[in-house]
Amino acid sequence: MKVPRISPVFVLLVFFAFPALVHATRIGDVTDLDWSEQTFRFLSLRDAAVRNAVLGSVFMGVSCGLFGGYVVARRLALFGDTLSHAVLPGVALGFLWSRTKDPVAIFVGATVAGLLGTVVVAWIRKTTRVKEDSALGLVLSGFYAVGICILTVIQEMEFGNQSGIDKFLFGQAAALSSADVSLMGAVAIGTLMMVTLFNKELLVTSFDEGFARSVGIPVEFMRYVLLVGLTFAVVTSLQAVGVVLVSALLITPAATAYLLTDRMGTLLLLSALFGVAGGLLGSYGSFLGNNLPTGPFMVLACTSFFVVAFFCGPKHGLISKWLRRRNRVRQVSFENTMKAAYQVLEAGDFSKESVTVGALAARRRTSVAEARREADDLVKAGFASMLGSDDDGPRYSQDARLSLTPAGWERACQIVRNHRLWELYLTNEARYAADHVHEDAEKIEHVLGEKVVRHLERILKDPRRDPHGSVIPSLEDIERGAGLSTNPASATGYFRQN
Amino acid sequence: MVHIPPPLEIHDLTVSYDRKPVLYGVDVVVEAGSLVGVVGPNGAGKSTLIKTIMGIVQPNGGWVKIFGQPYRKAVTRVGYVPQRESVDWDFPVSVMDVVLMGRYGHAGLMRRVSKRDRRIASECLEKVNMQPFSDRQIGNLSGGQQQRVFLARALAQESDLYLMDEPFAGVDAATETAIVELLRDLKERGKTLIVVHHDLSSAREYFDKLMLLNMRLVAYGEMEETFTPDLLQKTYGGRLTILSDVAGQAAGRSEFEEEGNPKL
Repeated sequence: MKVPRISPVFVLLVFFAFPALVHATRIGDVTDLDWSEQTFRFLSLRDAAVRNAVLGSVFMGVSCGLFGGYVVARRLALFGDTLSHAVLPGVALGFLWSRTKDPVAIFVGATVAGLLGTVVVAWIRKTTRVKEDSALGLVLSGFYAVGICILTVIQEMEFGNQSGIDKFLFGQAAALSSADVSLMGAVAIGTLMMVTLFNKELLVTSFDEGFARSVGIPVEFMRYVLLVGLTFAVVTSLQAVGVVLVSALLITPAATAYLLTDRMGTLLLLSALFGVAGGLLGSYGSFLGNNLPTGPFMVLACTSFFVVAFFCGPKHGLISKWLRRRNRVRQVSFENTMKAAYQVLEAGDFSKESVTVGALAARRRTSVAEARREADDLVKAGFASMLGSDDDGPRYSQDARLSLTPAGWERACQIVRNHRLWELYLTNEARYAADHVHEDAEKIEHVLGEKVVRHLERILKDPRRDPHGSVIPSLEDIERGAGLSTNPASATGYFRQN
Repeated sequence: MVHIPPPLEIHDLTVSYDRKPVLYGVDVVVEAGSLVGVVGPNGAGKSTLIKTIMGIVQPNGGWVKIFGQPYRKAVTRVGYVPQRESVDWDFPVSVMDVVLMGRYGHAGLMRRVSKRDRRIASECLEKVNMQPFSDRQIGNLSGGQQQRVFLARALAQESDLYLMDEPFAGVDAATETAIVELLRDLKERGKTLIVVHHDLSSAREYFDKLMLLNMRLVAYGEMEETFTPDLLQKTYGGRLTILSDVAGQAAGRSEFEEEGNPKL
């Protein structure tokens, strides 16, 4: 598998953004211990309850994260939501039947209810004209309402009060028993096995079901495996996150991963990772807050990951996009200033080695102050230097002189060459009129890469002059102008012909 | 002489969606090495025919045999190019991942793809000039490039019979030429190709045989026998003016030929 294209810095950022956030939630809570002692208690795993909560969160993160990857990639988010709500009557009935919080009874009840819910959805869709989304909504709300009714009945019965059935609504990781955790572990291991064994079958079925069927993949079977596995993952996670928010554990970590990668394998891995991290942070937060419901904390943690990825993701993140655009603008401004400097030098037949800020301003059609600022930027970026020291001469007047460094000179020549090659290409090959090509070239000159330039040189047969009669700068021009270039190979950039 | 079963034999095939028949009593036998264009108006059941042959849609009656066997037993001998719109191009897979899917039928259940599979996939990408894009996410491709990825995947299946659903839909001119060349090349190598096509005017030039479909099989045979005003009229029912133009073109051709003029 390919290494995910995510900078480690980013991952660290995501991880460290959190403790601070979670601490903030405990302000105002009444706790006997200092939060650092509480943290120590949590991390040392001395309490059985803490151990169960931590293990449970990890298992839940793995199974929900992995299944979530398929749910998001296959656009089944609404389906996952429906499934997670449809299990509630099963949970309640399982409880009613066993009269205690018996994990097996609840597991069986919830699984049956969840599967029944999906069958009803398919049935409605097949036999009526109601579309899938409405069918899902119908089943979600209908089953959920039934579940709430039975829960209310249970709570009014004599064993209902100390039952802990309410934990199923909003989740309580600390209330997990060892039996619960074993069940979660079994599902997590099963999920891992499923993903490794059926990796390619799940991939092709998710991407192109028709094609999968045509190459003999048992599509129905894969769908069944996915459905049953998903139900198991949801049902075992109920106690940790609660019915209300369990679908978030399916969707949010996977959606976060989807922002960060373009490969299914990486997506599954990241999704599981975010699921585990969210689960752990959630149970930690709940622990600090004297066992507040875990579900909201876990979902909050996962959602925060998403927000961070949304803004800072290296590829699709808003901030990254904005930074890239800003860099681009800066680059274009640099290049335009250097090009202006080149043109001023060219107008003087390259008799001088420096240009005045005033000449630059005239060329760029800006104020002297603006040209001065641009010149300073160039100096900062190492593309030019100001002649003379601060004390002698007119440092801030329009007579201040700017000289391009070898790097700046090289880039200036490249830009001018790009511009003129492109103009020539448009007039000669694309049959543009000579007075139509300048504006286009103004934009294109900044984006032409070496490959395109080489190609242009080839089809234009290494031209010397552009359509307006100006010389297209070449290797010799650079050496003549720079003079001080020590390493011609690097100084010439892509000007040199092999 | 040993009887060699034909690549495709369809017998009295009837398919319906929601009790509305889409295909009705289709009988056809396609001989080995044919390059067949399947044409017909919208809703004529062209895609349904392909999907039924592939076992994606279950027929209400009749049967399909691939090289004398039911589809399930001939899986590795059939290559498939679905319609481009049938998948989500934002799906997190690379070009290479998609082409490798063509090898899944050969790899077997729960097996990983081998080095050899990767090599074959890579060669197939080369054949459609998509090798430089092999690491790209499939959404970052043009329509023509996406279609070529699907073709590479079908090539990777190394099949004897190819079924293609609208491979020319929404592709650029260069890709169109490339696909035609590819079809010719496959035919030269003795493969059988059945291609759903929407453009009647280019069909005459691209294919050797035509299957005229409009719920019923109107005609199947060599281009000269099937590309006639009569049969085209029967297939399209003269509902669309552009098609009557093409039908006129077909009529014009036969008139010209009778007069000894060169072809259009």
